[in-house]
Amino acid sequence: MSGLGVWNYVIIIFLMMIGLYMVMSSSNLVKKLIGLNVFQTSVFFLYISFGYIEGATGPVMQEGASLYSNPLPHVLILTAIVVGVATTAVGLALSVRIKESFGTIEEDELHTMDSSL
Amino acid sequence: MLAHLPVLVILAPLLGAPVASLLRGPNWPWLLATLLSWFALLCSVLLLIQVNAQGTFIYTMGGWEAPWGIEYRIDFANALLLVLITGLASVVLPYARLSVEHEIGADRCPLFYTALLLLILGLCGITVTGDAFNVFVFLEVSSLATYTLIAMGKDRRALTASFSYLIMGTIGATFYLIGVGFLYVMTGTLNMADLAERLPAISDSSTVRTAFAFIVTGICLKLALFPLHLWLPNAYTYSPSAVTAFLGATATKVAVYVLIRFVFTIFGVEFSFGAEPLAEVLVPLAIIGLLSASTVSIMQPNIKRMLAYSSVAQIGYIVLGLAMGTAMGLTASLLHVFNHGLMKGALFMVMGAVAYRMGGTSIDDMRGLAKTMPLTFWAFVLGGLSLIGVPLTVGFVSKWHLILAALELGWWPVVVAILAGSMLAVVYVGRVVEAGFFGEPKDATKREAPWGLLVPLWVLVIANIWFGIDTRLTVDIAEAAAAQLMAGGVVR
Repeated sequence: MSGLGVWNYVIIIFLMMIGLYMVMSSSNLVKKLIGLNVFQTSVFFLYISFGYIEGATGPVMQEGASLYSNPLPHVLILTAIVVGVATTAVGLALSVRIKESFGTIEEDELHTMDSSL
Repeated sequence: MLAHLPVLVILAPLLGAPVASLLRGPNWPWLLATLLSWFALLCSVLLLIQVNAQGTFIYTMGGWEAPWGIEYRIDFANALLLVLITGLASVVLPYARLSVEHEIGADRCPLFYTALLLLILGLCGITVTGDAFNVFVFLEVSSLATYTLIAMGKDRRALTASFSYLIMGTIGATFYLIGVGFLYVMTGTLNMADLAERLPAISDSSTVRTAFAFIVTGICLKLALFPLHLWLPNAYTYSPSAVTAFLGATATKVAVYVLIRFVFTIFGVEFSFGAEPLAEVLVPLAIIGLLSASTVSIMQPNIKRMLAYSSVAQIGYIVLGLAMGTAMGLTASLLHVFNHGLMKGALFMVMGAVAYRMGGTSIDDMRGLAKTMPLTFWAFVLGGLSLIGVPLTVGFVSKWHLILAALELGWWPVVVAILAGSMLAVVYVGRVVEAGFFGEPKDATKREAPWGLLVPLWVLVIANIWFGIDTRLTVDIAEAAAAQLMAGGVVR
């Protein structure tokens, strides 16, 4: 851990806040989805950081290596990435259909049109 | 076959979903989904009987023992939830044939049933699994299916409702993921039983406290606790009737189950209520939620929306019960999870029948319903009485237990709030019943809803009365589940 210190966590929190801020502040639905992706990615980084061990090799059996990084967080995050991709796909598909039926994907305009969302 | 029951509940919809998407026409996918849901119900009931006879049931996925493999662990709490989910699916699916063809169109039916099967799969999966990360995966499976199903609603506002649920739901699930990550770092395990074993020793660390906060907040977003309920009213109002009936009865309940599992089994009562101010946070929110949402629902012109706000209020009762942190409160909470599933399922199915004949669900469509559609109308009256909590209905059973639990703690203001909530329910249900009785029908030529909608609807209404009179089954199971959960941890 000493190699990275706490810098990885500082970066993760920074990304997380950027993502959440984008979701909350942008009015464009696609920008919201981008923010959501940034937020999710920061959590992926968090997990990957958990699995990192100073000076360790990848979790593959090989000559002369005795210290392996933890493979489990990687596997979990592979699953979470798939989930994230699926969520983005559904979100974009919804944006397309919203554009088709409302003619806009700006949240404030949608709001005035139907006072939902 | 009996040894494989937990996985059969999951496999049936999982294998059925892709097959349903390949079938043609509106009827074959429907038939497949209905038969599979009945099969899943059979498995769940057998599972409940087995848990009752032999205690906690552990299934190791693929023969890999925990902690290497994922284990499914069935005790009273999740057996009860499984029966609720598969039972509601078994009633809603027969109902869906006419309603869905009418609202969505025959060409999209195969995809609809595919998504519905995936939703059932996700909800059952969350319930049976004994692995914290596996919960996240199933949560996302069910959520993605839900977004799709909501977006299939006829009204174009279904799309925006689905989108805002997608944003909120994903943030909630990601919060949960962060919490699980912290727990993994501290304990090195994702298995719920192992987590429960290892957490007490390190419960002082701020990482565990942060994990607790993230998990509880994330799940409260999914279960629509006030003030995190903003996605719910639109999502329930604009989604297809059959979807609203199924979601309203089960989806938020499964999130409640996850909350109960984490608060009681994994973190333990002492940590959640002693070290963490869970009761101090949840009790006020639950009470504000149940009073404000009930008040808002009085003013809704759209009855589906009124029932959606009422769902937010009922979540308030459920969370209030579990936030008491006592065995009695937890019993009341579990009872209300089950009973509210029965009543909201029935009421949303009534609205589906009204929408089928009248083409809308506003209070104007309900006027004079006693003359034009008497069977549908009486189903609404009985469901509404159950929602209020009139004796001989399920609503009374769970509210009675909730009040008893509050009295046991001496929380008089809470008792007053519960009764005030019921009074508000009298107002918002009474308003619709009055319109139905004394109003002039908008279109007197309209006839009673078809039998295909009425039979499943009345099955649920009768269940409301049945479990209101014969309370042995539900109360015994809820009490056994509460005792198991209060004991904390998991017995190996």
